[in-house]
Amino acid sequence: MKKVLVLGATSAIAQATVRLLAARGASLYLVGRNAENLDAVAKDAATRGAAKVESKAVDLNDFAVHEALVDGAFQALGGLDGVVLAHGVLGDQAEAQRSWTATEAVLRTNFLSAASLLTVLANRFEAQKAGTLVVISSVAGDRGRQSNYVYGTSKGALTVFLQGLRNRLAKSNVAVVTVKPGFVDTPMTAHLPKNKLFASPEKVARGLLSAADSRKNEVYVPGIWAIIMLIIKSIPESVFKKLKL
Amino acid sequence: MKSLESWGRYPQVEQRTQSLTWRSDALPRISGSVLPHGLGRSYGDSCLNGGGTLLLTSGLDKLIAFDAATGVVRCEAGVTLDTLLRLAAPRGWFLPVTPGTKYVTVGGAIANDVHGKNHHRGGTFGRYVRRFELVRSDGSRRLCAPDENPDWYGATIGGLGLTGLVTWAEVQLKPISNPYVLQETVPFGNLDEFLVVARESEADHEFTMAWVDCLARGKKVGRGLLYRGNFAPPQFDGLPLAKSHLSHGIGLAVPMDMPAFCLNRLSVSAFNWLYFHRQNGKPKQRLTHYDPFFYPLDAIYAWNRIYGSRGFLQFQCVVPYSTARDALKDILERSARGGLPSFLSVLKTFGDIPSPGWMSFPRQGVTLAMDFANRGEKTYRLVEELDRVTREAGGAVYPAKDARMSPESFAAYFPRRSEFAGYIDPAFSSSFWRRMNPVTMPFSLESERASGAPHPKSLLALR
Repeated sequence: MKKVLVLGATSAIAQATVRLLAARGASLYLVGRNAENLDAVAKDAATRGAAKVESKAVDLNDFAVHEALVDGAFQALGGLDGVVLAHGVLGDQAEAQRSWTATEAVLRTNFLSAASLLTVLANRFEAQKAGTLVVISSVAGDRGRQSNYVYGTSKGALTVFLQGLRNRLAKSNVAVVTVKPGFVDTPMTAHLPKNKLFASPEKVARGLLSAADSRKNEVYVPGIWAIIMLIIKSIPESVFKKLKL
Repeated sequence: MKSLESWGRYPQVEQRTQSLTWRSDALPRISGSVLPHGLGRSYGDSCLNGGGTLLLTSGLDKLIAFDAATGVVRCEAGVTLDTLLRLAAPRGWFLPVTPGTKYVTVGGAIANDVHGKNHHRGGTFGRYVRRFELVRSDGSRRLCAPDENPDWYGATIGGLGLTGLVTWAEVQLKPISNPYVLQETVPFGNLDEFLVVARESEADHEFTMAWVDCLARGKKVGRGLLYRGNFAPPQFDGLPLAKSHLSHGIGLAVPMDMPAFCLNRLSVSAFNWLYFHRQNGKPKQRLTHYDPFFYPLDAIYAWNRIYGSRGFLQFQCVVPYSTARDALKDILERSARGGLPSFLSVLKTFGDIPSPGWMSFPRQGVTLAMDFANRGEKTYRLVEELDRVTREAGGAVYPAKDARMSPESFAAYFPRRSEFAGYIDPAFSSSFWRRMNPVTMPFSLESERASGAPHPKSLLALR
């Protein structure tokens, strides 16, 4: 990935990924909501060796801008061969249970806006018959649990969408890489008590890039989550529904 | 969350933490006092805030700009010196001043106005800080430079993080033509010889420092090895000496707390003897990469754990040349007599280059740094005695390494403390600052306060 569009560039995992890409001398088009913070990430990337850094502050929940945004990225970098889609919100499960507005907001940011962007991007990459689409989903999308099923639904839907996209784009030489991090120590999880399962954004970023480099399909980062989720997925629903998870 | 400790792991305090992420954010609203905390490499309690909150600056780790033509780097305050070296060294720039570890943040280097092996030539880190942004709890943001808000600039350099949060800073690096240092080791038999060799070495060497055998007695008090060096000239460019430009502490680590019995008088004595006799008494010159030359202890990850869970106390003083010989002899003898071994003791001369920081520690004279395993009262008493000897010799003790100095000593060491106190952010405080400014002032300070100039709000800020 030499010319990369990063969506949600101010998220902790994206920032760590941007640093690694910058150190490789990649050209970057960074997209985030907060202009000041986005500028801080852009300057950091430029100072760390990125060949070129452009940035655009937009709210990705405004689907109307997606087409123009992708056009702008293609133009600014003279083409794209990689995308890292990293924007998302954790939401508040309790709040989501009380309010459809809160539920819809999570689905809109994590799934609908991603699907809208990927629709535009998939067509472009399919036409050029090259490129890598890296999308951050979550282990939470592997099985619905009472403690965060709204977030889990948004990520699970994203995972299924990506499976279909991968199937469709395989013949066009476009890689679709689904990255499923477990717990990551980021501002998104700052309020949660930490344990040994929490990984640093840097570790997740390294896993993400190595999966992108080898054009993997679905990866868990850190790898231990593949085993944890295998176990969680294998519990029969009749038992699972009685668990406190 | 794991409770944070200082590098010496003494004292232990309870405090809350709050991570900072974006330099443009306002300070978090928190009840009680706050203190910026970088990598916690200060040894005592100057990086702790018992009962309050630490503002963790490790998330303020973004670079802002680097001009490879001028060597000016601008970065957030949580960026480490290690990061700056990785950025700058391959492009021919080096830190103008570096302490003995690269795992400190730029903010920490400013707050403690750190010094290094080139103090006699280069002065302190603060001299190379071109400007920085200071954010206060009242929401104000100030650009501070020698010619812009110079008072805030002077108060914040060496200001122990108390004047507000430094969000970013601009530092002038210095050019190098390659990453190598030509190093020479010169043995000296006692303190007098050290003073002669050190003064001589200053003329031709940018970097000097000496290891001293703190267990030697009698005529051998103060014997040791002086290391001196300069960055290698251009003819050494392109030498395939090192595989990578930096070592990262691979190979050696202290994986867990060592039990106290690992460190007794005998083992330290043996270590010191080996260290001295390794040299066979002759000066030796060799070419070395800057990493082992400046950061030998960084190669041992978490070396502080060698002292076990009780931690250790570091003591670093500087004494003027006029009293250096007697005072240092007294200090070395007291610590040797105390039966409390100091693993690695370091002697170095400081030059007379002034720092812009009002509360800066280095001043002309000889500095001695030692560490003592924490054996409770016995150790505290020894370090307190060394503090007293230093004060009587007209010297000063380094707050970044202190856990025991007295408020009277602090007042004697830092004559501008009252002026400084007026610049402390009312929401900021530290365990160290409260220890130095107890609510009930010692008698000598009370009288000074009664007679002295209008006292700043500072003492109200002591929380």
